Amino acid sequence: MPRIALFISQRLVKAVFVILAIAVFNFFLVHAAPGDPAAVMAGEAGAADAKFVEQLRQQFGLDRPLYEQLGTYMSKVVQADLGYSYRQQRPVFDLLMDRLPVTLSLTLTAFVLALLGGVALGTLAAMRAGTWSDTAITVVGLTAYATPIFWIGLMLILLFSVNLGWLPAFGTESIGAGYTGWDAFLDRAKHLVLPVTTLGLFYMAVYTRLTRASILEVRDMDFVKTARAKGLPEWRIVSVHILRNAILPVITVAGFQAGHLIGGSILIETVFALPGIGRLAFEAVLQRDYQVLLGIFLLTSVVVVVFNLLTDLIYSLVDPRIEVAP
Amino acid sequence: MSNRLRHFRQTLTAAALAAALAAPLALTVPGVAVAQERGGTMNIIVQPEPPILVLGLNQQGPTQTVAGKIYQGLLTFSFDLKPQPELAESWEVSPDGKVYTFKLVKNAKWHDGKPFTAHDVVFSTSKLLMETHPRARATFSKCEKIEALDDYTVQFTLKEPFGPFLQAFEVSSAPMMPKHIYEGTDFKANPANATPIGTGPFKFKEWNKGSYIHLVRNDEYWKTGKPYLDDIYFRVIPDAASRAVAVEQGTVQQTQFNDIETFDVPRLKGLPNVEMTTKGYEFFAPLSWIEINTRNKPLDDKRFRQAMMHAIDRKFIRDKIWFGLGRPATGPVNSVTRFHESNVRKYDFDPKKAEALLEEAGFKKGSDGTRAKVRLLVMPYGETWTRLGEYVKQAMKRVGVDVTLETTDAAGWVNRVSNWDYDLTFNFVYQYGDPALGVSRTYVSENIRKGVMFSNTMGYANPEVDKLFAQAAQTNKDEERQQLYSAAQKILVEDVPVAWLLEMEFPTFVDKRFKNAVTTAIGVNESYDSVYMVKK
Repeated sequence: MPRIALFISQRLVKAVFVILAIAVFNFFLVHAAPGDPAAVMAGEAGAADAKFVEQLRQQFGLDRPLYEQLGTYMSKVVQADLGYSYRQQRPVFDLLMDRLPVTLSLTLTAFVLALLGGVALGTLAAMRAGTWSDTAITVVGLTAYATPIFWIGLMLILLFSVNLGWLPAFGTESIGAGYTGWDAFLDRAKHLVLPVTTLGLFYMAVYTRLTRASILEVRDMDFVKTARAKGLPEWRIVSVHILRNAILPVITVAGFQAGHLIGGSILIETVFALPGIGRLAFEAVLQRDYQVLLGIFLLTSVVVVVFNLLTDLIYSLVDPRIEVAP
Repeated sequence: MSNRLRHFRQTLTAAALAAALAAPLALTVPGVAVAQERGGTMNIIVQPEPPILVLGLNQQGPTQTVAGKIYQGLLTFSFDLKPQPELAESWEVSPDGKVYTFKLVKNAKWHDGKPFTAHDVVFSTSKLLMETHPRARATFSKCEKIEALDDYTVQFTLKEPFGPFLQAFEVSSAPMMPKHIYEGTDFKANPANATPIGTGPFKFKEWNKGSYIHLVRNDEYWKTGKPYLDDIYFRVIPDAASRAVAVEQGTVQQTQFNDIETFDVPRLKGLPNVEMTTKGYEFFAPLSWIEINTRNKPLDDKRFRQAMMHAIDRKFIRDKIWFGLGRPATGPVNSVTRFHESNVRKYDFDPKKAEALLEEAGFKKGSDGTRAKVRLLVMPYGETWTRLGEYVKQAMKRVGVDVTLETTDAAGWVNRVSNWDYDLTFNFVYQYGDPALGVSRTYVSENIRKGVMFSNTMGYANPEVDKLFAQAAQTNKDEERQQLYSAAQKILVEDVPVAWLLEMEFPTFVDKRFKNAVTTAIGVNESYDSVYMVKK
């Protein structure tokens, strides 16, 4: 078996155990929070009697001992069954699939734009370190990084939506407008501009700073001097020699972040009223909707494990000195 | 718990109702001859998103607002809490107050085309709601028998008179559910729950979870010519600041209950495109209070609780924390609920009196100026309650009581309060128009039940109060009930089982082009069959 296949298969076997362990851990974690879904629903109803709460607990299976509930849950997990949300009266898998497109269109777009923009800006800043353009990029990056993300969102809404009226403030589409085809796509794209910008600014700040710092370290190394001495054009020195060596920390962070994209962004999804996974998770926490929460945790952990593996593979592609070792 | 007992001998006819409705309608649009045209789409905020829309199975506030357009009750209630016909066109009460006979409208149909009959009423009240609805269970368990005399006549025979029985027929208290869909099924697991079927003016069309719920006009609606609107979108907007923006921009045409944070209310009130009203909540009319665990020291001392009443400035709370919404409460019954008594012991804002009471009770100031320490579990229902917690801490500090604020989320709050693990917390409950439905449950000792929320979680027990509440519920003579409730209110105000704060008011913002949104005591939970849009 080729080395790479061995590496991947061994990592996958490990991943299965890691994910099962995470599932067990998650189970206890969500049950450690005070109160349960029955208590929440009783609170929301504004009226309750003993039978009401008892019925709910029975329906949710919460009247069983905890180890029995764990057993039920794990036996479903190994069959790739994410369970059923009694609160929402739907299978968890369906709930997640409903929310996934919105979340991914938000986070993936923001991520890709931020990664490209961040690396470009970071490179620009580093290569012109000390000039006004470096200062400008650094200041903007720092501001975007340090400002609370929901505040930026609200300010963008105020400016572009309330004052200028250029862009819609929230939602994923003009509800009831009945657009089809190209119009529907444009409408959706318009709705994504503000949330993607808000989230992208934050990500971009991270990549800009990381790229800049990393390049500053690399750009004075001996091999760069050699490249310069050879008389290579500057763009080639930057893109092939410097960036390729400086990009590893960026890949590390990007790989880590990519794993979390699927979890969405609670703040952005809340401010912009996007029905994504982040909000689903947040609401599930408040409602103690254990099944939904566990489903999201599990999905996220699978994706994180997969992306960690991918990151390791990409390392070895970018820098052949790094070898994959099982 | 919404029944109230009136003794109704006369029957109201649908014709009388039509006349009653037409009059205020003409008044609301003075000068302009506006026909109630068909057409128009209304966007209404719904927050938080309901878990399901089947009103018989879930009675959360937002569920009621949405499902109130899909399902209907036998009765609805005017602003002064008089019963009005809905699916029942007339009704009669026997002189002994034990037999209630309802005549139903004959042309009502379920959204799937099946006729609505007396058998649906019997099924709903004796089977489905008994299983799924705590308030309905409490009311209809008082029935000896519930029977259909013919397809359009239902008779309820009570074991003994129950004053507020008619209130039990409001839509959220007893929504009529289709027998042909639910009979013999596991109600909560019925696949039909995904597509609710009611008799109301609007039909369920689509639910894009996390985003919106779409209802469309029921062309087969039993009130001829109604409803006027084409469709209603209920929009889920989880962030309070974004909700305010949605009103400002005109993206939504209505908000209700707590949708708008109190600090945004003055600003939105000034907008040219919307009108604000606080009417339409008379049926719910909650009181807010500081709930006091009377089992714990020093809260078991009546004088300590009375001191709290004097130490807290309810007018300040109304003006500065609720921005003018509500009225300072004087006792356990909201003044818009029936049988309110205003002649009770008065607790004016007076820290000196508070300190005198604390001295008298033996709570002397320690070397650090502190008389006692208590914990306050802040209710996790939004910013405003957090502000209130901070104010109470300050106000109590002024009279030498050290308050430690504790925070939790909704699940933790319900868990701790219902299991009596708290000193002080905030709470408010709906009164459903009658003390027997929404007030006595908080104070009678029979309702001290661990693990049950909105019961007598304070552990307050006074046999005299128990007796008065029990007697008042078992008669349908108004004068007699008033006397009994007045006596109960006087005792309660003296005992201070909870420290009452405000008779709460909620702001409803409605786009000025939409008329007739708020016409009854259940306001935004109405069917909206008479709401129409004025086109320019």
